Amino acid sequence: MWQIFHKLGSPKWFFGIATRLMPWLLAGGVLLMMAGIVWGLGFAPKDYLQGNSYRIIFIHVPTAFLAQSVYIMMAVAAVVTLVWRMKLADVFVKAVAPVGLVLTFLALFTGAVWGKPTWGTWWIWDARLTSMLILLFLYGGVIALDRAINDEKSAARAVAVLVLVGVVNIPIIKYSVEWWNTLHQPATFKLTEKPTMPAEMWVPLLLSVLGLYLVFGWLACLRMQTEILVREQRTRWVREHVMAGRT
Amino acid sequence: MNAETRPLIKPLSSGVGNMASMKAVFSRDMKVAFRQRQDLLNPLLFFVMVVTLFPLGVSPEVSFLREAGAGILWVAALLSVLLSLDHLFRHDFDDGTLEQLVLQPQPLFLLVLAKTLAHWTLTGLPLVLLAPVLGVMVHLEGNSIAVLCLTLLIGTPVLSLIGSIGAALTLGLRSAGVLLSLLIIPLYIPVLIFGTGTVAAATEGAPVAAYLALLGAFLVLAITLAPFAASAALRISLSNS
Repeated sequence: MWQIFHKLGSPKWFFGIATRLMPWLLAGGVLLMMAGIVWGLGFAPKDYLQGNSYRIIFIHVPTAFLAQSVYIMMAVAAVVTLVWRMKLADVFVKAVAPVGLVLTFLALFTGAVWGKPTWGTWWIWDARLTSMLILLFLYGGVIALDRAINDEKSAARAVAVLVLVGVVNIPIIKYSVEWWNTLHQPATFKLTEKPTMPAEMWVPLLLSVLGLYLVFGWLACLRMQTEILVREQRTRWVREHVMAGRT
Repeated sequence: MNAETRPLIKPLSSGVGNMASMKAVFSRDMKVAFRQRQDLLNPLLFFVMVVTLFPLGVSPEVSFLREAGAGILWVAALLSVLLSLDHLFRHDFDDGTLEQLVLQPQPLFLLVLAKTLAHWTLTGLPLVLLAPVLGVMVHLEGNSIAVLCLTLLIGTPVLSLIGSIGAALTLGLRSAGVLLSLLIIPLYIPVLIFGTGTVAAATEGAPVAAYLALLGAFLVLAITLAPFAASAALRISLSNS
């Protein structure tokens, strides 16, 4: 087990593994997402209340799901960075933070598009919307701090501290926002209380969530490889790899 | 202490206890700050001016101000704490005092806590003392003003403590001020929500003990965790420069 742990710290080893893994991740992810989305958009039954407009759920829920779990993954990687100083962990944080930002934005955007026909408005200060917006700010902060520090090692550790401070705060923010909302206005709309879904609806949803996970894995590998190539540009194996690609 | 219980090797220390060194850091920061009195005044002036903008910019109606007053005061206090955070470590960082603090045998987080406490005494506490005057100006009722001051009294130390993490992380960076705000504002949201929520409850005549207890819980959490994060961030920023 420790050997794997040790190997994981080696950028070169990871680079090789990622190259072999990526086609599978991409193929699996695209297949699952296609299945989930085609099934969801074309064949799943209409919602008895919202009609066809609910179908955006097959895009909205996967992005929202990933947006949150990417932050948790980043927090785990941040612990690894601070405790074991593993190079790849901070490569991971740096590589996926922009992905998380985009996913959060997509979740908010699709939510707004969904909100217009359902609630009659693009945006309400609902607890869940607000906490996603704050998550977007947290991602933005992480990226901004990473860009602001020139030294690679300090940037990695500073970002790790920030990510951990954020992850301690996420539950606090979530609950306080929920309480704030129930304080000020009675819950006119509730995202959480939807009719329990029939299987024809949640199976494609699950497929597209899993698919997006795999696509995210592919994207993370790709971005990590790029980052590794930049960081290790002085080493021999990178030079050989790049030269081999050129011929 | 008798001979049996005495440790064989004396723990390495400069002969100064933790409390004494915290006190020394605290009183030093106070002294340094009072030599630059204008710097102490600026956040307060900012606080007053931001509050003034709202009646001018939105509406001077009593009904609006009474409803929004607590929120306005809280946002203004939050911004003015945020503005003053840059000073927390900056001067010590520039003249090398901070490196000496890091080298002390006493745990760094205690010294950071002392510095943050000094920062709060110099910026947060004056805001709390000024709040009643501004509360009257935005037509809050007596009871609401009292509750507002209480929430600020519990809440502003949390702002200073969370802010110390951001100040430590952005130390020595270009455009640190804006970056600091970007990092810290999302973390301030819970304090703001409960701070203004308490006053809203008080205005409606609802009991406020639970809210105050929650704010107190934030304070306890911030006191226990923030100095650790801030001292870790300080070490990173110092190794960076």
